[in-house]
Amino acid sequence: MAWTWFHRLASPPHIYRTAARLTPWFAWPAALLIVAGLIGGLWLAPPDYQQGDAYRIMYVHAPSAWLSLLVYTIMAVAGGIGLIWRMKVAHAVAAAAAPIGASFTLATLVTGSLWGKPMWGTYWQWDPRLTSELLLFFLYLGYMGLRSAFEDLQRADRASAVLAVVGVINVPIIHYSVVWWNSLHQGPSVMYLGKPTMPPSMLVPLLLMFLGFTLFFAAVLLVRLRGEVLLRERSAHWVLEEVGA
Amino acid sequence: MAEGTILEAGLAGAGFARDSHPSAWSVARLMLERDLRLAFRKASQLVQPLAFFAMVTTLFPLAITPELSRLRHIASGVLWAAALLSSLLALEFLFRDDAQDGTLEQYALSGRALTGLLSAKTAAHWLLTGLPLALMAPLAAVALGVPSHALPGILASVTLGTVTLSLLGAVGAALTLGVRRAGALLSLLTLPLAIPVLIFGAHATQLAIRGEPYGAPLTLLAALAVFGMTLAPLAAAAAVRINLE
Repeated sequence: MAWTWFHRLASPPHIYRTAARLTPWFAWPAALLIVAGLIGGLWLAPPDYQQGDAYRIMYVHAPSAWLSLLVYTIMAVAGGIGLIWRMKVAHAVAAAAAPIGASFTLATLVTGSLWGKPMWGTYWQWDPRLTSELLLFFLYLGYMGLRSAFEDLQRADRASAVLAVVGVINVPIIHYSVVWWNSLHQGPSVMYLGKPTMPPSMLVPLLLMFLGFTLFFAAVLLVRLRGEVLLRERSAHWVLEEVGA
Repeated sequence: MAEGTILEAGLAGAGFARDSHPSAWSVARLMLERDLRLAFRKASQLVQPLAFFAMVTTLFPLAITPELSRLRHIASGVLWAAALLSSLLALEFLFRDDAQDGTLEQYALSGRALTGLLSAKTAAHWLLTGLPLALMAPLAAVALGVPSHALPGILASVTLGTVTLSLLGAVGAALTLGVRRAGALLSLLTLPLAIPVLIFGAHATQLAIRGEPYGAPLTLLAALAVFGMTLAPLAAAAAVRINLE
């Protein structure tokens, strides 16, 4: 009885309508939080005594980096659910999430290198965090490449789910090996993002941005999920009724 | 169920009685023998990755400098990048023939644990491609001006590293079984996962060249290999089943 909500998640029309209903509940708070966070971060927060105004890019950079990892994890968990319980909707979630995660990873790389220009004097440093983001980006590309390599949707779903699970086990290993590699080859690079003592006027906008970006991701995921469900069920009866064809 | 399968025929050929239920070990040994015998009948497949390895290491002196004193500094990177690339090249032979003539299907239907069978297959692949590569790496190192005291370290690190590369490669090759012309995709899937091997392997090599103790990265390489042995066959078996469905 208590599990009916879980079983209903497996029903594409139910998911399609629920996603439509939920989207504004994520989209509007996301918009408000991001606007508030941007005002707080770009105008109200004081400039950093070392980095000046350049640190402000972290208000985009850090939430993107957080989401790049979160989305990969979600993809792997959804893929695992899809493999174990053969839930088609879970695969649709993973398929819908991958390009969003890849975009956040790209945004992290771009903002990181933009921040690097004034700080390091160069757009690219083989900094451990940027390097592991780059490798994460390749993992996303591989995932999407594998997904698109199959004609058969079911096979694509399940093969890419295996890849995502293998990848998510490897992400920490890759990250720590890159950190280890970096500690051998360079002196400690400039610490950024995650100073132990950040005044509230800087920290609060950052937290708002974290929450806002996460909700934004949820809203985009729901929209893309609806598209994915429609595409997968395009020959089903309820879809034809839904779109009034 | 398993009656009449290739595996059964092989078992019978190897002197097992029809209903003797041979142990997993004897089946694994049988598979190992079969793969080795088949490979030695097509020796060109064995030689090609090695020739490729030699060719890639030759490119660097030609492209950068013939001075051994300068080549010595980049030798560890050259050796490991070349080893990674040639192990990728060798992956094509891992499952392709068996998938084409239906042998892999028979394995999946044999009622025996596919993980065990694929472990044996991966072991054979490592013996045929990883081990020769490890034996050849010290020769290439000498050509790059590496002093002879570093050769045992290079042999050990490439030996351990190629184990993990074979295991990761088995997962990648199994995932792309159903994909035509999977070469570029396979490298996109496998290379990011192989980064830790590259980092620890190249570092062990570099320490060996400098005459410093290289035990720590070697232990980490061994840890990666053990970790891969426990999990990679599971993922490879799941991927093979997906592609055979």
